Amino acid sequence: MLEVRDLHVSYGNISAVKGVSFDVAAGEMVCLIGANGAGKTTTLKALARLLPAQGAIHYRGHSILHRPAHALIGEGLTLVPEGRGVFARLTVAENLDMGAYCRRDRAEIAADLDRVYGLLPRLKERADQLAGTLSGGEQQMLAIGRALMSRPKLLLLDEPSMGLAPIMVQKVFEVIQSVAAQGVTILLVEQNARLALSVASRGYVMESGTITLSDTGPALLANPKVREAYLGE
Amino acid sequence: MITDRRKALLGMVLIGVALALLPFIIGKGLGNAWVRVLDFALLYVMLALGLNIVVGFAGLLDLGYIAFYAVGAYLYALLASPHFGLHWPVWAILPLGALVAGIFGVLLGAPTLRLRGDYLAIVTLGFGEIVRIFMNNLNAPINITNGPQGISQIDPVRIAGVPLSKTFEAFGLSFPSVYLYYYLFLALTLLVIFVSIRLEDSRIGRAWVAIREDEIAAKACGIDTRNVKLLAFAMGATFGGVAGGLFAGFQEFVSPESFGLMESIMVLCMVVLGGMGHIPGVILGGLLLAILPEALRHGAVPMQQAAFGKVLLDPESLRMLLFGLALIAVMLYRPAGLWPEARRKREFLAEKAK
Repeated sequence: MLEVRDLHVSYGNISAVKGVSFDVAAGEMVCLIGANGAGKTTTLKALARLLPAQGAIHYRGHSILHRPAHALIGEGLTLVPEGRGVFARLTVAENLDMGAYCRRDRAEIAADLDRVYGLLPRLKERADQLAGTLSGGEQQMLAIGRALMSRPKLLLLDEPSMGLAPIMVQKVFEVIQSVAAQGVTILLVEQNARLALSVASRGYVMESGTITLSDTGPALLANPKVREAYLGE
Repeated sequence: MITDRRKALLGMVLIGVALALLPFIIGKGLGNAWVRVLDFALLYVMLALGLNIVVGFAGLLDLGYIAFYAVGAYLYALLASPHFGLHWPVWAILPLGALVAGIFGVLLGAPTLRLRGDYLAIVTLGFGEIVRIFMNNLNAPINITNGPQGISQIDPVRIAGVPLSKTFEAFGLSFPSVYLYYYLFLALTLLVIFVSIRLEDSRIGRAWVAIREDEIAAKACGIDTRNVKLLAFAMGATFGGVAGGLFAGFQEFVSPESFGLMESIMVLCMVVLGGMGHIPGVILGGLLLAILPEALRHGAVPMQQAAFGKVLLDPESLRMLLFGLALIAVMLYRPAGLWPEARRKREFLAEKAK
């Protein structure tokens, strides 16, 4: 579904991603783990076309390297940005509505809204509340719900566990797993390596702009190098 | 349901009658000079609503907004005065003024797309000054704007051949010029309000708000932030262009000094004091800030003479003093503006509760 070859991204003279290549097949959940500053978020932003990049990005068979960011959502490629990025001064319902901004099929949108509320009942309770007044975990749920309103085929999740209490992290990951179970392909960027590897089918390890390891989730979890560097053992 | 609709209709008819009678009431009670003040207030309401699109809806701080007013005013002046010997009709100039101002809006917007907040404010401030300085200096080598002297003897607005600059007699009533302009400005202000409300409720309005809240997330929702931002600048500028054209026809004279930085800041204050992004609040802000300084101008001298036997502060410095104090007071006690959107008020209350 997604093929990335020799991707380079730089901020001015500083190159943050130095030629990474990876694949995500349809229906998979793939995670990208690594320390702070490894280039994970930069990679994801480049995939969402929020940053200019060199190399090749093929999504569902065609290159999206020069597509504008806003056009990708119509093709089913949706980013849940780092730090959640909910519209703080809009209500929960309005936020979800913005997720369907590019869609015109009203009846289907209403059905999807019901589905999102079914998946995230907390959002339904708070439909008329301003998004900025939600807790961090609820905001993350809202960001995921908003992305689902665009009917993604490939969901890019940027650090969904960031700044959340452990119990909330568990809940967010449960939601991610049920989204994946519905057939949405997921590329997950995480610092919480243990959790990410335990839910993902495959994983890539990034270190200072390059991919150093790739394997199945369980194999990476068992890999002594990963255990030492990322799991604190 | 039906009674509600009837009530709304009745309310609208009553407001309509009140607005129609207003110049007669004010003219009889306070004199026609005050109807003139009212005319200017309506122009400022149009300007404030235009700036509200850029600042209130899309969250782009624009300190050079008056430039679009200047563009509209100068376009009218050049196309309907002896300066070039052109005498176009108003119905042709106003739409053209809106269009040209809109193009200027895009010209300002395009290079500033990546800027926000303070940086955007500085660039737009520069833009406003550039336009004013151009107006000031474009009298050589070819005399286009007549420089600092400005353009005079501009044609008054004519509707169906009737010039609005002369008293008009109809139905046994006499309508002085300021009344006629009042009705014209009122009609266009109502149109601007209508367009503002429609825009706010539209898909584009929602996209503006999304950009104001979080630009990255807006992109992630599939909003073409570049075009939507340019559209905000263009739409806001359009209102300014129309108001500028009306100003030129009303005054029959334009000069660069009407379009200084202070004017931009005044219009911004109307938006912020009234309640950013809230149309009724912005209208209130525009009316208050246009009318109160005039009241002060007329009231300050007699009041001081009555209180102290002499004039201690001239009205102009008193105006700035009181204006500054009022700004501080509003920002302290009503940070969301005098008449904020219900949701903004809620947000500020929530912040206080924390």
